Amino acid sequence: MKILVGIKRVIDYNVRVQVNRDGTGVVKDGVKMSINPFDEIAIEEALRMKERGDANEVLVVSIGPDAAQQQLRTALAMGADRAILYQADEEVQPLAAARALLKVVEAEDPGLVLLGKQAIDDDANQVGQMLAALWNRPQATFVSALEFSDGVAKATREVDAGLENIEVELPAVVTVDLRLNEPRFVKMPDIMKAKRKPLDIRPFAELGVELPPQLETGRHEPPPRRQGGVKVDSVEALVAALKDKGILS
Amino acid sequence: MSEPENMPERDVMEYDYAIVGGGPAGLACAIRLKQKQPDASICLLEKGSEIGAHILSGCVMEPGPLDELMPSWRDNPPAICVPAGSDEFRLFTRTRSFRLPTPPQMHNAGNFIVALGELCKQLAEHAESLGVEVFPGFPGRHPLIDGEGAQARVIGVRCGDMGVEADGTPDGRPGPAYAPGVDIRANTTILAEGCRGSLSKQLIARFRLDRDATPQTYGLGFKELWQLPPGRTTPGLIQHSVGWPLDNATYGGSFLYHLDQDRVYVGYVVGLDYADPRFSPFEAFQQFKHHPDMLSLLEGGEIISAGARTIIEGGLQALPRMDMPGALLIGDAAGTLNVPKIKGVHQAFRSGMLAADHLAASGAPAGYDAAFRNSAAGRELHKVRNIRPGFHRGLWLGMANGALETLLGGRSPWTLKTHADWDSLELRARAPAHGEQAAMVAHWQAERSLPPRDRLASVYFANTAHEEGQPVHLRVADTSICATRCAEEYGNPCTRFCPVGVYEMVDDGEGGRRLQINASNCVHCKACDIKDPYQIIDWVTPEGGSGPNYQTL
Repeated sequence: MKILVGIKRVIDYNVRVQVNRDGTGVVKDGVKMSINPFDEIAIEEALRMKERGDANEVLVVSIGPDAAQQQLRTALAMGADRAILYQADEEVQPLAAARALLKVVEAEDPGLVLLGKQAIDDDANQVGQMLAALWNRPQATFVSALEFSDGVAKATREVDAGLENIEVELPAVVTVDLRLNEPRFVKMPDIMKAKRKPLDIRPFAELGVELPPQLETGRHEPPPRRQGGVKVDSVEALVAALKDKGILS
Repeated sequence: MSEPENMPERDVMEYDYAIVGGGPAGLACAIRLKQKQPDASICLLEKGSEIGAHILSGCVMEPGPLDELMPSWRDNPPAICVPAGSDEFRLFTRTRSFRLPTPPQMHNAGNFIVALGELCKQLAEHAESLGVEVFPGFPGRHPLIDGEGAQARVIGVRCGDMGVEADGTPDGRPGPAYAPGVDIRANTTILAEGCRGSLSKQLIARFRLDRDATPQTYGLGFKELWQLPPGRTTPGLIQHSVGWPLDNATYGGSFLYHLDQDRVYVGYVVGLDYADPRFSPFEAFQQFKHHPDMLSLLEGGEIISAGARTIIEGGLQALPRMDMPGALLIGDAAGTLNVPKIKGVHQAFRSGMLAADHLAASGAPAGYDAAFRNSAAGRELHKVRNIRPGFHRGLWLGMANGALETLLGGRSPWTLKTHADWDSLELRARAPAHGEQAAMVAHWQAERSLPPRDRLASVYFANTAHEEGQPVHLRVADTSICATRCAEEYGNPCTRFCPVGVYEMVDDGEGGRRLQINASNCVHCKACDIKDPYQIIDWVTPEGGSGPNYQTL
């Protein structure tokens, strides 16, 4: 079985994101970029499936700027077999990304599509669901445990009420949650090997997904700054202060 | 080191050259080696999560050496690159400031204010395009040495292990994701770790490279990038100050570099040879920012990023021997920075390029030390060798001596000695009457209006991260000293000199005090390794990719 893993280049989770001067976006100069952490978990799961013998090829696909090659190389160094970058300098919104992935799925015919449940930059949480609908195949989202037998995936989903166990018929779309696994460290000799693995760079336009933006961003604003706290000496003073603010009557 | 049993095998990779450190010296050396020997195999290790992540520098760069190394840099300048404008040198008092004549070394016509981390990223891309194998996220952890005594020779470095869990022992134990660090074996190992490199420190001691040098001396620098309200900046303007809030005895000063897009770099450097154990370099920087001149500039602005790093200040007389069997020290791993110019980048480039030229010509490290000292970079250090040590007697004598040395052009027949920083603290009992400093700190903390509120708020702007659960990488050989002898003698200065509050004395639950090390805040500045008065703190590399993720600093 071939597994297709979709990954996105995003601002690293350790970076303190700041709104730029004119409110048109966030500061990107010199900011560390990484594989979206949920996507990294998806890569790790695909590699473990391959190591267990549930899969024989791991293909990693990204849509994004030329620099996203870095993230694909990292995925190859982790152990993926090949990678494709659909190069797009403009923002690609969720529906366009799902349509684009559908084209890739049609061309590559994977038995399973593994995606992060969402990207940590726009937190949209849409592409996996949209892709499953467009592809007309089952989906298992927010997955924290995954097993396979006889063309069926048994998935544990993290839902508001607790854990939900479902079975989906393959091929299917599975989007992964944080607790599914802990991604491996990349080893130095594997970084060397990854340099020789195939990484195709193709124009995004080649996929023929022409879609005007469905969402328009008005303005970026940082959350209002919190006022500093005040220390009071006694319970009486606290009650008085709360009354003063109209919190207690 | 004993190898645990049943563990994944340690890989060995072989190269002609192994370079430790992806800063200006290491990258310049790698690029130049490839220019001279296109077929040489070169590996460059960097402990930061990516090239530039741990780079923090002023930085007004003299472009000469970079023009020689990679002339194309001017066509594709780094994210922050502003041509130097006019220079101002000021003396600050508590409420006022006075313009002084700018010392000749501090003229910057033709130079550039750059984000050195961004420049390093570009250099690394260029190095990779030439075939250098660049490995960010892989720290050099142990030197590999073959042979004993006079036959000892550096044969490479062992990278740090990944996935080690803390278990109470210094080395920890392998966790579930454990991956042993690779042994990099190389004909020549080039240490380019920057100021107080952890491998360089071991090798300087192992080969007694500092035998003929005076003690090394350091500074601690802070830097913040600010976004200001429109219309306050003069792009290219370069301002330096001495004086308040430091007293006459303490060496240091500020820098303020005006960038484009209403941004400024503001920073402060303090000599780590300060004497008052109650002194807090971080507080001095924050006080400086509240001087009326500064407050009116910064008020209403926002910090984009911030960090701290030590600076090597010993100059020529403290420079250790730069070659040893199998290895070289280059850049600030050795200490090539020019203090009166407050510039090290051009010197780092030069020393890296010179190392490459030397290795290409002679094939071995021997002779590099002499070659460096006879080079333009070595001569530049000779000329200014007496200026920094002159400040040992305070600001005014230091400035007078600096003026004299500048007039003489370094031809004075004497060479002043440098002093070690770790033994410069006065005992608490004898600490001078300027105990106001401590009172002032408390006062200022209450009065301060500009961010950051405190050191913890400041470390937030460094984007620093360390995987929780790994062994503490700040190794204190004997923590019993902390609550007893050190508390008595110096009042635990580590709790004040650390720029990010890694060290804290806390209640031990038994009526006493104990040292707590908040290692995950560490920004890899190395101040503790340098200034600790008992020399029992050893900074070692944490898991690869840990530490700050500096943004355009």
